[in-house]
Amino acid sequence: MTPLFSVNNITKYYGSQIGCAGASFDIYPGEVLGIVGESGSGKSTLLNCISDQLSFDEGHIFFDMQDRGFCNLANLTEPERRMLSRTDMAFVHQNPRDGLRMTVSAGGNIGERLMNTGARHYGNIRTAAAEWMERVELAAGRIDDRPSTFSGGMQQRLQIARNLVTAPRLIFMDEPTGGLDVSVQAKLLDLLRGLVQQLGLAVVVVTHDLAVVRMLADRMMVMQKGHVVETGLADQVLDDPQHPYTQLLVSSVLQV
Amino acid sequence: MFEIRDLSKSFRLHHQGGIEIPVMNNVGFSVSRGECVALTGPSGVGKSTVLRLLYGNYLLQAGQITIGDLDLGKANSRDILAMRHHQLGYVSQFLRVLPRISTLQVVTEPMRNAGMPNAPAERRAKDLLEQLRIPPALWGISPLTFSGGEQQRVNIARGMGPQYPALLLDEPTASLDQQNRATVLELIREAKTNGAAIIGIFHDAAAREAVCDREIDVGAFRPSVSACTVNEHQ
Repeated sequence: MTPLFSVNNITKYYGSQIGCAGASFDIYPGEVLGIVGESGSGKSTLLNCISDQLSFDEGHIFFDMQDRGFCNLANLTEPERRMLSRTDMAFVHQNPRDGLRMTVSAGGNIGERLMNTGARHYGNIRTAAAEWMERVELAAGRIDDRPSTFSGGMQQRLQIARNLVTAPRLIFMDEPTGGLDVSVQAKLLDLLRGLVQQLGLAVVVVTHDLAVVRMLADRMMVMQKGHVVETGLADQVLDDPQHPYTQLLVSSVLQV
Repeated sequence: MFEIRDLSKSFRLHHQGGIEIPVMNNVGFSVSRGECVALTGPSGVGKSTVLRLLYGNYLLQAGQITIGDLDLGKANSRDILAMRHHQLGYVSQFLRVLPRISTLQVVTEPMRNAGMPNAPAERRAKDLLEQLRIPPALWGISPLTFSGGEQQRVNIARGMGPQYPALLLDEPTASLDQQNRATVLELIREAKTNGAAIIGIFHDAAAREAVCDREIDVGAFRPSVSACTVNEHQ
């Protein structure tokens, strides 16, 4: 079985500073990989590099494309890459404002991604948008409201609906629960877990919250100062951390 | 089913002065299908550590563990996850589940992971919960709100659901009343009859005698004092 997505030795410098160095991993359909580390550890740099939002200095990224098999993304043309990022890949930003159009209705936000991939029938697009709003537990009656009138948790769920409507196979998430109330966080994680299981999605989730990793991820990767210092099964890394930095992270979590 | 050779484990605590605590040395035993083996020894001797190593929850550092066809030392994360889904069940000492998920779902989930369709999985989950005397009124509620004994029974239902060929049981009868204890022992006997290889920790001697064929004293693998000193010099 070939992986869905393969990251090979990704290295990014900011001038002489290391952003991230030599990061590699494979991810298979239905798998959730958590990347943790404190701020400045390079986890968001890595996520932005592998999701085609930031150029990198060394390394290769491969994706198992539906029509042409396992491909080095560097060999794709610009339109092909854009199409890929609109269909098979999706990105959920920490701040929903970065992933939504705040002045367009909720339904329009979901419909836009469908239209990008060729959907034109207004009725079908609206039906799909309403369906997805219900799936992420938003009242379909608010389909014509702007996201600016939604709460933070609702905006985050709308962003997820917008991203999932085109049935991507790989989703990148940057601190998807950051800045939300604990009760809203739990609900969102519940929702994400359910969607991952139902749809067999592969997810790369970056977070500084170890509870999110325990709840969502099968495997995890710990980063410090741009380097990957430990990888493994999520429960193994959390329960039997080997690297000094991972031990520090795990032992620093407050018990409730 | 289980084949364990020269297994050693120590914990290095980098933030406690970097000390290394050796837990066990050269553990070796094997367990066949249809057999139930008890790990014995005083508290803190490393019985749960053995189970966690077998489950892949603790990192295998030295020695060899083979479960079925899988060599844990050579297995990658995906192999271990697949093994947990299809081969190896683990009833931990304490139930650890996500909040807001109903008891019925908690018990059904491992069977779904093992590839069982939803309807029979749910039927078996209900059947197990009933046998273990969890009232149907509680099935829709998260087990995190339950008493210790109830949580333990949910944990057992969860581990027994998929009828794995290999099972790890960490104190399955602790904090249970007589009636429920008898039910759990019956479930363990049933699993044995179905050909499961079982490794368990039972503090309750009567329970141990009721289901176990052999005992393995984990204390026998305790590293000697001189071994500790050697480790400190390294």
